[in-house]
Amino acid sequence: MLVVKDLHASVGDKEILRGISLEVKAGEVHAIMGPNGSGKSTLASVLAGSDKFTVTSGEATFMGEDLLSLSIEERARKGMFLGFQYPVEIPGVSMANFMKIAVNERRKYRGEEPLTAAEFLRLMREKSAVVELDSKLTSRAVNEGFSGGEKKKNEIFQMAMLDPTLAILDETDSGLDIDALRIVATGVTRLHREDNATVVITHYQRLLDYIVPDFVHVLYKGRIIYSGDKSLALRLEKEGYDWLINDYKE
Amino acid sequence: MKDNNKDIIDTLQEREYQYGFTSDIETETIAKGLNEDIIRTISAKKGEPEWMLEARLKAFRHWQKMPLPTWAHLRIPLIDFQDIIYYAEPKPRKKLSSMDEIDPELKRTFDKLGIPLEEQMALAGVAVDAVMDSVSVKTTFRETLAEKGIIFCSISEAIREYPDLVRKYLGSVVSYADNFYAALNAAVFSDGSFCYIPKGVRCPMELSTYFRINAEGTGQFERTLIVADEGAYVSYLEGCTAPRRDENQLHAAVVEIVVERDAEVKYSTVQNWYPGDKDGKGGIYNFVTKRGICHENARLSWTQVETGSAITWKYPSCVLAGDNSVGEFYSVAMTNNFQQADTGTKMIHLGRNTRSRIVSKGISAGRSENSYRGLVRIAPKADGARNYSQCDSLLIGDKCGAHTFPQIDSRNRTAMIEHEATTSKISEEQLFYCNQRGISTEDAVGLIVNGYAKEVLAKLPMEFAVEAQKLLAISLEGSVG
Repeated sequence: MLVVKDLHASVGDKEILRGISLEVKAGEVHAIMGPNGSGKSTLASVLAGSDKFTVTSGEATFMGEDLLSLSIEERARKGMFLGFQYPVEIPGVSMANFMKIAVNERRKYRGEEPLTAAEFLRLMREKSAVVELDSKLTSRAVNEGFSGGEKKKNEIFQMAMLDPTLAILDETDSGLDIDALRIVATGVTRLHREDNATVVITHYQRLLDYIVPDFVHVLYKGRIIYSGDKSLALRLEKEGYDWLINDYKE
Repeated sequence: MKDNNKDIIDTLQEREYQYGFTSDIETETIAKGLNEDIIRTISAKKGEPEWMLEARLKAFRHWQKMPLPTWAHLRIPLIDFQDIIYYAEPKPRKKLSSMDEIDPELKRTFDKLGIPLEEQMALAGVAVDAVMDSVSVKTTFRETLAEKGIIFCSISEAIREYPDLVRKYLGSVVSYADNFYAALNAAVFSDGSFCYIPKGVRCPMELSTYFRINAEGTGQFERTLIVADEGAYVSYLEGCTAPRRDENQLHAAVVEIVVERDAEVKYSTVQNWYPGDKDGKGGIYNFVTKRGICHENARLSWTQVETGSAITWKYPSCVLAGDNSVGEFYSVAMTNNFQQADTGTKMIHLGRNTRSRIVSKGISAGRSENSYRGLVRIAPKADGARNYSQCDSLLIGDKCGAHTFPQIDSRNRTAMIEHEATTSKISEEQLFYCNQRGISTEDAVGLIVNGYAKEVLAKLPMEFAVEAQKLLAISLEGSVG
């Protein structure tokens, strides 16, 4: 589904990703962990197509197509979803209106008819239940005045609405209390299927109690320095990153 | 994002002005230029009574002595007032008694503009007076309105048929001596709409005037007079378009509104005159004086969506003469490419406990200049007057300008005046977020701008709000930075 080979990316003169290679197949869950400043969020942004960063070398394919030649919205319409660490507010634009456009763009890309108002409302109701999102929030402006937890739930609600092939969730668990974490994580798990894949970027093993990863990667200084199974996350929780970083330094 | 945006700017700037077609209608015009003979000709063509001609001549003589106003934040090229045709009418002009008698080409023009002149428009519940160049072509729904005693017709007709009403009110709110363009209008106005709602009558439908400049080299000078008698209510909408032309065309209108005791008038404008091309060539110069007077307990609400015109000079105002009267001004003014707008309002509080509210949303893109100019004046006797003003500016790109010139003049200690202002830009983060959800930058800008303008758009009658939203998305999507 996603194949990344030796990807380098920089902002200005500063190289942030220094040779990332990663393969994600349908049905898999990958976790990306690593100390602050290692390039996790940059990786998510670069894959989504943010032009804050310049890809200097390497390649990436998504569903067999050259990912790097696609615009941000083309990637999204093909089924790539980024759950934002800091979702932005769009004053005056209702969540319902925003989602209606987004959903219909994705449908148009797939050659499907746009949803009728009734179908759309039904879909909204069904999907907001996935993350126990208060239906009042969907009539408010996008993220405006949402609490931290509501913003994160809202990201997963959008993921449910758009039914992505590949979801990249950037620190979706940060800033959540225990209940919200459970709701968000359960929501993500319920959306997981054999024909889609999820990449979660996280600092904490506790998210992985709900979303059980097939692979755990450690990102450090712009490179994946270690990959393992879910037990790696447990070890990191106990021992921190030092043992790995020391290894890497030698 | 920069490169991406540049492409979008390029493609969007080439987007055609949707209403830029010219209709092939035989037009009868008079000679170019302005002098007393021209004014006599206009007056004679309209079959006006002597008093009207005298009023025109008086205005003209005064206008000749007036200097061109230069105080606005606008670069106005020299206008040769002798190089303008002051009267044009679609030919042949005969009394129209049914839709079938209208020139089919003219009818097609209005169809293209989406003006529903047919009876089917009953569904929409809108009565339309359409003014093409200088002549009012057809006023629909006359009979339905007449049952309630409502008069809705062209101003020329009103001058002939209701001279007492017209004489009583015409020029009572905007005198011919008010300003340069108002004086010019008073001298040469060719047509426009007249509306009278009798005491205690609630007008059952939206009244609407549609203005279109078609003929080349002409100016359009409409005069609108709306009178809501005691306890009456009316909602009125005005729409404007013009063909694309390389030359600049002058539009200098006057709108006067009289809101008698306990009456309410809502006046909404969607102004989409041709703004000129992406290099700033052509477009309408729109110099408009709009003012209403509110008597005791009366309410006047101006809502405007301004997207067109090369130059806009316009300050719909409220004179709050009666105690407890209320004035409101809701505005979205959008400028793109080389457009210039200097627009805002005046709230003149004369009566006690008068209240006013101003919500102005400016949107500047391209190389345009957009200014809000407002005056809030509280007279010495206006005890307990209150004003709230909110002036927001949204900038798109880094070559445009947004300016605010608010003036507050309070002569009463009990007055409460609040002013809030913000300036913002569409952020790259917002665009990235929208893009990531599969929404193109073009659509995202339209969405964000409509969200920004929502508070004002919500004040428009439903069917026009939808139109205005589309219009904003089309005219604005030009530049993102």
